Amino acid sequence: MARLPRLFLTTSVFSLSAAAAFAEGELNALVWCDHTDPALIEPFEAAHNVKVNLREYEGTGAALALLDQSRPGDWDVLVIDGIDVFRVVEANMLAPLDTTQLPMTDIFPEVVMDENNTVDGVTYAVTEKFGYNTISYNSAKVDEADMQSLATVWSEKYQSRISIYDYYLPVMGLAAIASDIATAEIGAGDLGAIGDVLTTMRARAASVAGVVAAQTALATGEVDIVVGGGEWLTAVLAEEQPELTWTIPKEGAVRWAQSIGVVEGSENPDLALEFIKYIMSPDGQARLATSSCFWGMPANAKAGNVLNDVQKSTLRWDSQTDYLGLTQLYPAPDADLDVEMQDLWLETLQQ
Amino acid sequence: MNGKNQGLRGWGFVFPALLWTLAFFVVPFLVMGAMSLATLDGRTLVWGLSLENYAEIAEKAYIWRAFFVSLEITLVVTVVSILLAYPLAWIIAFRIPPRWQRLALLLAVLPFWTSYVVRSYAWLLVLAREGAINQTIMALGLISEPLTLANTRFATVTGFVHFFVMLLTLTIYANLIQLSPNYRRAAIDLGASAFQTFRYVILPLTLPGVVTGAFLTFVLCIGDYVTPQILGGNTELTVPQVIMVQLGRRADFPLAAALAIALMAVVTLAYLFSARWLRLDRL
Repeated sequence: MARLPRLFLTTSVFSLSAAAAFAEGELNALVWCDHTDPALIEPFEAAHNVKVNLREYEGTGAALALLDQSRPGDWDVLVIDGIDVFRVVEANMLAPLDTTQLPMTDIFPEVVMDENNTVDGVTYAVTEKFGYNTISYNSAKVDEADMQSLATVWSEKYQSRISIYDYYLPVMGLAAIASDIATAEIGAGDLGAIGDVLTTMRARAASVAGVVAAQTALATGEVDIVVGGGEWLTAVLAEEQPELTWTIPKEGAVRWAQSIGVVEGSENPDLALEFIKYIMSPDGQARLATSSCFWGMPANAKAGNVLNDVQKSTLRWDSQTDYLGLTQLYPAPDADLDVEMQDLWLETLQQ
Repeated sequence: MNGKNQGLRGWGFVFPALLWTLAFFVVPFLVMGAMSLATLDGRTLVWGLSLENYAEIAEKAYIWRAFFVSLEITLVVTVVSILLAYPLAWIIAFRIPPRWQRLALLLAVLPFWTSYVVRSYAWLLVLAREGAINQTIMALGLISEPLTLANTRFATVTGFVHFFVMLLTLTIYANLIQLSPNYRRAAIDLGASAFQTFRYVILPLTLPGVVTGAFLTFVLCIGDYVTPQILGGNTELTVPQVIMVQLGRRADFPLAAALAIALMAVVTLAYLFSARWLRLDRL
């Protein structure tokens, strides 16, 4: 019993010292839009008396270009697609991460993703959030039984009532799953079968839309189904339109994951690590999971102690064991296959 | 001495513009040209003098299709915008009392004041299946099922036309307002009908304004990414959209640069075509 107050005191003194050390500092982070929610960032800024400068980007290519054009030390923290961590490491843009200071044992085992976040035995990033590229739909407009199988989602019945999420990797991953091809094993020889599914999907679709356009299309009734959607698409709309929901079909779906790490050459590596520790803490994770930009599952299972019942219900907290078992990480092609996959995607869009 | 001083003073006035052009056009253009001759080895950029990216453009059918789509959309937008803007500019110049013309012009360009992206999303809502247009037509009993208007080429053209009609109205109005009324009076005195007066007197004299606006419309429209991306629903791809895909994930700057240079070549051809057939030299 006596150890607790002492531990509390020690921790508090350490935290205060750390906060003092970083007083009036600045942290520059290259992030996805979910990190720009003030509800997520302000508590960290207040606790550490720092200003966090956030730069939002879309696409790993854009992030690499930004880092490439910056001076060493310009950026401290990077949020990156989990499957692309190795690309940033190859480019010497991520620093090794001290995982002993992070709650690694609290992370859902399926999303630790050592094979992605660790290169040659050195960990460079940690998974912070994940979710699914699956099927979002309007339950009032479609037969929900049809949404339980990829064979019926893009059937003729839903001609012109479908929007496809505008990112080739997860959608081609779904097409692979529909063709009984494991996403991790997609090779050039599989592109014919995947292309056939994409062609069918494309023929049924009214649009191929990015995040906002897909949300708008679903919310305004322009389409009733978004292929490649998920909780990240419908959760922010759920309060006003509870009929907009999502499911994982019996064949499975694609899992996305985002990682966070310290940028190589950061001038504030300690503060950057503090930021990552905050993001990975149960409080930070709960705020990140319910960000106003998009929702997604927190990687740290202990965030479940902070999220309320409604939030957990929206995130389908209790179904995660099943979902993690049903889903596959989305394709991570090498450079050559990536070119072929992108070409196939663009050819399909131009049909 | 005076002549030399005047010459230096002249260069002094021109120098900022030259520096600006050098820094923000010539140098970036050269960098882009050099980038288009580089290649990607896996994910590593290799500088060189390779024509690989241009060969890729020539080989890939979806890129050719993107150029055709861009040209088709741009030509339709340019023609429709001229057809709508000319009468509007005419009404403002000749039918509205001079004291109200400034207000009329202000109202004509009012949509410019809103964000381009916001305006595009607003059009998406207006054109949606449950949007204002479909609701109105259905309420009038003209259709029983909503029309598919959003996420189509029609939507892209509508968004563009809304923007470029304003631009063309300004350039055509600027020409119309400078025309002396004596031209029209003389034509009518000589027995020309109203149509003949317009066809043989007014239109040729205002052609430079039309061409200026049309060329600006062409350049801005063919290079635009936002409108087709938001309103077109990716049902077909334009060249800027193909360029963005190259950059988004793979950071294939060499191919993106080659595509941009090819697009510039198309714009240059359009300029030469306009200058030759529409006598741009009269501006």
